[in-house]
Amino acid sequence: MLDSQDHSDRIAEILEAHQGLEGPLLPILHAVQEAFGYIPEAAVPQIAKALMLSKAEVHGVVSFYHDFRSKPAGRHVLKLCRAEACQTMGADAVADRIKRALGIGWHETTSDGRVTLEPVFCLGLCACGPAAMVDGRLVGRVDESVCAEVAK
Amino acid sequence: MKVFVPLDSAAVALGADRIAEAIVAQGAARGVTVQVVRNGSRGMVWLEPLVEVEVDGVRHGFGPMTLADVPGLFSDLASHPKAIGPVEAHPWMKGQTRLTFARVGVIDPLSLDDYRAHGGLVGLDRARGMTRAEIVAEVTESGLRGRGGAGFPTGIKWKTVSEAAGDQKYIVCNADEGDSATFADRMLMEGDPFCLIEGMAIAGLACGATKGYVYIRSEYPVAIRVMEAAVRIAREAGVLGAAFDMEIRVGAGAYVCGEETSLLNSLEGKRGVVRAKPPLPALQGFLGRPTVVNNVISLASVPVILAKGAAFYKDFGLGRSRGTIPLQIAGNVKYGGLYEVAFGLTLGEIVNGIGGGTASGRPVKAVQVGGPLGAWFPPALFDTPFGYEEFGAKDGLIGHAGLTVADDTVDMLQMARFAMEFCAIESCGKCTPCRIGSTRGVETIDRLARGDASALPILTDLCNTMKFGSLCALGGFTPYPVLSALTHFPDDFARQREAAE
Repeated sequence: MLDSQDHSDRIAEILEAHQGLEGPLLPILHAVQEAFGYIPEAAVPQIAKALMLSKAEVHGVVSFYHDFRSKPAGRHVLKLCRAEACQTMGADAVADRIKRALGIGWHETTSDGRVTLEPVFCLGLCACGPAAMVDGRLVGRVDESVCAEVAK
Repeated sequence: MKVFVPLDSAAVALGADRIAEAIVAQGAARGVTVQVVRNGSRGMVWLEPLVEVEVDGVRHGFGPMTLADVPGLFSDLASHPKAIGPVEAHPWMKGQTRLTFARVGVIDPLSLDDYRAHGGLVGLDRARGMTRAEIVAEVTESGLRGRGGAGFPTGIKWKTVSEAAGDQKYIVCNADEGDSATFADRMLMEGDPFCLIEGMAIAGLACGATKGYVYIRSEYPVAIRVMEAAVRIAREAGVLGAAFDMEIRVGAGAYVCGEETSLLNSLEGKRGVVRAKPPLPALQGFLGRPTVVNNVISLASVPVILAKGAAFYKDFGLGRSRGTIPLQIAGNVKYGGLYEVAFGLTLGEIVNGIGGGTASGRPVKAVQVGGPLGAWFPPALFDTPFGYEEFGAKDGLIGHAGLTVADDTVDMLQMARFAMEFCAIESCGKCTPCRIGSTRGVETIDRLARGDASALPILTDLCNTMKFGSLCALGGFTPYPVLSALTHFPDDFARQREAAE
């Protein structure tokens, strides 16, 4: 785990790397989340100061978008598509079975910190649904056997 | 031995990366030199991963491939159990008119030489010899309308930006393809990224814009990777540069950012909240400057229009829907994928003829056209020709031309409820009809589900309020799936009542 000085140094590097961009906040937040796995609360005032925004404005952006996390996710992130095309191929039933197998609901993490389950609305795999994303990897025609991939 | 294995997301999601590795390993073990090209997808998703082997200049297809099918590629190809014959001769390919998708699946997406060899950059070269007004006139004359869903004439939008005063103007590509059943933008970016880059460069010339952005949703990791690489390659080759350059930006999971003003706010680093119009983005868009916001397919259709002329493109289509449309056939369908064809096929021809009916083999009950904000069509309306006005006349829309096929197990009350729930989750919160209406909509449909028929007039009234009172299409079009479900499938709503009684 990084201490707060390391955090702040890393964030300063990220801010430096994004200088000169028009509308830099989303690229910065993506980079911060890539570096830490979430947006640390301490990052908000630091980013706000660098971009001459209020803390409320930065917090508002972080909280608006589904992608940005305020706390770390589990070791694995399993995203299941809930959109219409996947629903017609039984996505709801697959999701129910996966929830039961993992013992968690949407937006929850297993108590051992192993896997976080999230809904996603469309991965563009609508002709080979139900679709999923496991740690960034795309899976078509998914079923509960995907749980084996997040077992460790 | 030259082998093509798609890098397209759908192919990868069905195992294409592992197949590609296995082909290389198998070749090495047999001492055969194998050149693996990672192409885009041909659009026949039910055959993915679709591997192609080039024999005497003809590409033979094999799919859907499994690891066990790989060794067979190194023996008698004709007797391979997954052989589908020459890909170009496949009925699915032969029936299409591929103008925008002409190169997708054919070329190596990141080879600029391949792109040039297949007609790429001809449109841009021609545009460079034309005045701004001539380019705008050519696009206007082609009849091209916004393929993102709104159907606004592209040339008119360009004219406004072209004639607007401003030191800095922008071309913004809306690649926030969030609608379920749509994947044309993704396939184009993954399979022919230079086509989008060329379209944007032409738009830049036409409007006097020197800077472009492609806003791609974060759910499309492959498209992001391919587009970023393509921009670098185009810059090194001088296709992009001082006259026009561009950046790839990544969204953050907000559906509403597919709405153009919300997208602009997001691009500026703000919450993706919708802006009231006017002012039009064409006059005050990104950072308050004149901005073209066009969908991927609109921009990617421009190179062929410039290369072959407006008249060529305009010759395809029906009524006021000119040119071709990449249909995305999805959901519970036997032959799902992307099929580019002139406007005018009937819905029935698309669903049953091309799509082959449901994957489950059960009867088709409903087809949602145009994504989560599009209407559900029953088989009784399958004679509707595919065109903007034709679908509008049936209280529907073609949107981004995605079709979700559902069999007779679908519960339309649940689909209507989902539409409201989705709107509640994704509403940006700026306007009341959308923010509050969607939540009240879920509650009202739940009352119907419990058998409370008195909720029915409230639901239709609520839908009217959302339709006419919302700032953007999210709240404004959510009533389409709800009311179409109610109109065409009253039994699904009535049966619940009887159950309660």
